[in-house]
Amino acid sequence: MGSEFVQLSLTPLLIGIFASVACALPGNFLILRRQALIGDAISHVVLPGIVVAFLVTGVVAAIPMLIGAAGAAVVAVILIEAIKRLGRIEPGAAMGVTFTTLFAAGVLLLEQSDTSTVHLDVEHALMGNLESLIWFKAQGWHSLLDPVALAALPHELGRIAVVCAAMIVLTVIFWRWLKISTFDEGFAEALGLPTSAIGLGLVIAAAVAAVAAFDAVGSIIVIAMFICPPAAARLMTNQLKAQVLWSVVFAVLSAVLGYVFAGYGPLWFGGENAVSAAGMIAAVSGLILALACLFAPHRTRIGVAKEEATA
Amino acid sequence: MTSFVDALLLNAGYNAALVGIGAALLGFAAGASGTFLFLRKRALVSDAIAHATLPGVGLAFIVMVMLGGDGRNLLGLLAGSAITAWIGLLIVEWMARRTRLSEDAAIGAVLSVFFGAGIVLLTVIQTMSAGRQAGLESFLLGSTAGMLFQDAVIIAIGGTLAVLATWALRRPMTLVAFDPEYAAASGYDVRLIDLAMMGLVMAVTVIGLKVVGLILIVAMLIIPPVTARFWTERSNNLIWYAGILGAVSGYIGAAISAAAPAVPTGPIIVLVAAALFLFALLFAPARGVAAAVIRHRRFQKRVHRRQGLLALARSEPILDDLTLKVLRAEGLIRPDGVATDAGRAAAAKIARDEHRWDTAREMHQDAGLTGRYDGLTPIEQVFTPDEIAEFDRRIGGPKPVEGPG
Amino acid sequence: MVNAALDLAATDGQTVSRPAPETSPLAVRGLTVSYGEKPAIFSVDATFPANAMAAIIGPNGAGKSTLLKAALGVIPRLSGEVAVFGKPVESARDRIAYVPQRASVDWDFPTTVIDVVMMGLYRRVGLLGRLTQSLHAQAQECLDRVGMADFTHRQIGQLSGGQQQRVFLARALAQDADLYLLDEPFAGVDAATERAIIDVLKSLKAAGKALISVHHDLATVTDYFDHVFLINVRKIAEGPVQTTFTGENLNAAYGGRLAATHIDQLQLAAGA
Repeated sequence: MGSEFVQLSLTPLLIGIFASVACALPGNFLILRRQALIGDAISHVVLPGIVVAFLVTGVVAAIPMLIGAAGAAVVAVILIEAIKRLGRIEPGAAMGVTFTTLFAAGVLLLEQSDTSTVHLDVEHALMGNLESLIWFKAQGWHSLLDPVALAALPHELGRIAVVCAAMIVLTVIFWRWLKISTFDEGFAEALGLPTSAIGLGLVIAAAVAAVAAFDAVGSIIVIAMFICPPAAARLMTNQLKAQVLWSVVFAVLSAVLGYVFAGYGPLWFGGENAVSAAGMIAAVSGLILALACLFAPHRTRIGVAKEEATA
Repeated sequence: MTSFVDALLLNAGYNAALVGIGAALLGFAAGASGTFLFLRKRALVSDAIAHATLPGVGLAFIVMVMLGGDGRNLLGLLAGSAITAWIGLLIVEWMARRTRLSEDAAIGAVLSVFFGAGIVLLTVIQTMSAGRQAGLESFLLGSTAGMLFQDAVIIAIGGTLAVLATWALRRPMTLVAFDPEYAAASGYDVRLIDLAMMGLVMAVTVIGLKVVGLILIVAMLIIPPVTARFWTERSNNLIWYAGILGAVSGYIGAAISAAAPAVPTGPIIVLVAAALFLFALLFAPARGVAAAVIRHRRFQKRVHRRQGLLALARSEPILDDLTLKVLRAEGLIRPDGVATDAGRAAAAKIARDEHRWDTAREMHQDAGLTGRYDGLTPIEQVFTPDEIAEFDRRIGGPKPVEGPG
Repeated sequence: MVNAALDLAATDGQTVSRPAPETSPLAVRGLTVSYGEKPAIFSVDATFPANAMAAIIGPNGAGKSTLLKAALGVIPRLSGEVAVFGKPVESARDRIAYVPQRASVDWDFPTTVIDVVMMGLYRRVGLLGRLTQSLHAQAQECLDRVGMADFTHRQIGQLSGGQQQRVFLARALAQDADLYLLDEPFAGVDAATERAIIDVLKSLKAAGKALISVHHDLATVTDYFDHVFLINVRKIAEGPVQTTFTGENLNAAYGGRLAATHIDQLQLAAGA
């Protein structure tokens, strides 16, 4: 647990934690709005968004990618709404049409364009590569105070840290709007709140979280972060605030345990090579959800009335 | 281009021809069985099933290698994928039924967690000596390039079986999709039929893994039924339309892919299906965007015209800009808002229609008629001429509308 | 019925000549809403009186709730104008309290009774304003008024239908508005709750507030309300209960759906 940890594990671990928390926060509200699969749709359309941003600007840079992904998410939401309303198609099917089409377009664009010089390919987009985000220049804990070493931190770390902080700030600022428009949209509307804008804002925030996390954990596993920690948290409590806090705890736990199991698990079983950390983080989050489904105090709709009836 | 035409005409080689036919059959089975899923409003369950195949593929490879066989045996891989897909499906159902989480959360959780586990297994395989060239990544996005002859045969046979199964199960599945309670009352075992439906969807998914890939196979189950929905209101047609749309997408997509082997097959097939969908979305006669925009405009105009004329008939001022615009455009009012002769005549006619309705509703106090008193239904559509004559007799002669005082 | 004397001064500055804008807490004119091609309500004019309890009455699917929601801007309107205390709805939001239908929300939402009541204060405190002790006390007092003081920290999913309705009413009380719009407040509630709710509503009226409620139980109209608005897609009649709640108007609104015997049992206005 010395210099090697700081050099090889500290940054991936932090990135994993930040990515998980950044996705879990908006995920709470997506789940409560029965829009869990919007998270699914968003994480699929991140790919075409990034590819288009790359084709337009010609570089793999953070800001254009964020804009491209957020733009793709907005396009996807508009398409889903249009298909739902115009064709009177149920939301699930409308989502399925939209995100598979956009994803297919993204893959095709990517294959057709010359991306050989840049770090952008479909498998990477799907699976991420958390392990590669190491801190070359670090020589130990003291490097945290060394400006030269700090300057060599992977860019992804700064990006996801900023996005994670932004998600926390947004959640706190818009807490009341999110809560009321999620619980009772008609009432929120009658209060004069911009409910459509709140809904769209939530989706855009989720898209930004998805694209920032995408680099590290890949687009499919982002879905696990959107859904599993908040879903497990929902089963732990009947208070929104407590649910969000639980979801953060579960997200951090998934990231840490997932990273450790991926890195050291195979060694325990006599293997030599680490397995995909991103995949393992998703698997751990699924394990936590499974445990919550089996044992959490508020896991079912009925049968919870007893304990508080005496209070 | 010529290679594409060759592929279309099944001239691009034995394998390509088989894959083309297999993709078309697969497309048909996917479109038709997807229709039942779509009608049950559970389209995205297929997404969970599809992603849940990945760990199965990985496990099957590992098991086959450990048993000393060839890890790439397609039949073995497909069998493995079917097992984990089935487990995933059962977990989705269990979570939605037994916990307070909704089905969409269960779907999202299962698809991402199984996919994550699958990725872990793929990285394990990469470290195995036999796994260096496993090529299991082709299951993600589909690839028909370099496919073995026997693989193509499996796809063609699988596609045929899926079509036959869809055909055999079409009646009970339609019944359950439309009205499960009625189906149950008529003695069908709804749960069994649901399971059969899911089983069929799973079979289609598994067969499609190699061609379309597990991320996009869900598109083959969803897009054709949704496209078909734009063209027909009838359930039986829906199944056939969806099947045919799926078959066309599969066939053309496979042909394009045969001509351009570098590109994964899945995205191409999906984009062909999406192009057909886009055409329907824009131009379908009843539900298309163009038709809807035109209809809404007309409807809005009708409402404003009627309201405006009613206001004229009552000598009330008209304040709504759109109403004024509509009336002006038809020459019913002058630019300054005063009714023209034509406007007064039209207003008198509307007022008369209103009077007739009032009388009609006094005389015929039944729900069926009052329900149609919505302000836009011309009375001639509801009553016979002699009934209307009777209303007029009660009302007395037509009254002219006075100009504003 | 083509004679509605409109004192909707409100929405339009130029044509105002008649009554003071304050007279009607809610006036709509030419309000049309359609779901697809079928108007849910068509060209409805309505002027609700101040300091009164008004009922919106009509058969199922007649557009009662639609009228309320469209007036509030919760659903878009195809045409028409709405004035609340003589102003556009947007600038009168602070004066309106809305009690939606109980079925319109997800009762499995992770929140408690007091939390829901506090939502009524959100507009006043804004996004980040502190929910002070005195505001908490206010919310608690609103719960008291609807007889739910013992349920403050109960999870909302554990309430009975009647209790849920009371919580919704308490939230509206917390808004401290001048106009209360209620969508079927008595639907599916027990007798005790109905009494509790009507007591609260009557006390609001006594305090000078205006109340408009979508109502479906014809038997209680004369007991509870002083003004009725009958609708079936279009306005059938509006006015004081004594003169407007007549068998003739009910027949017009309900078509043949009300059995004659049923009408006989109602305490209809004199001369029906």
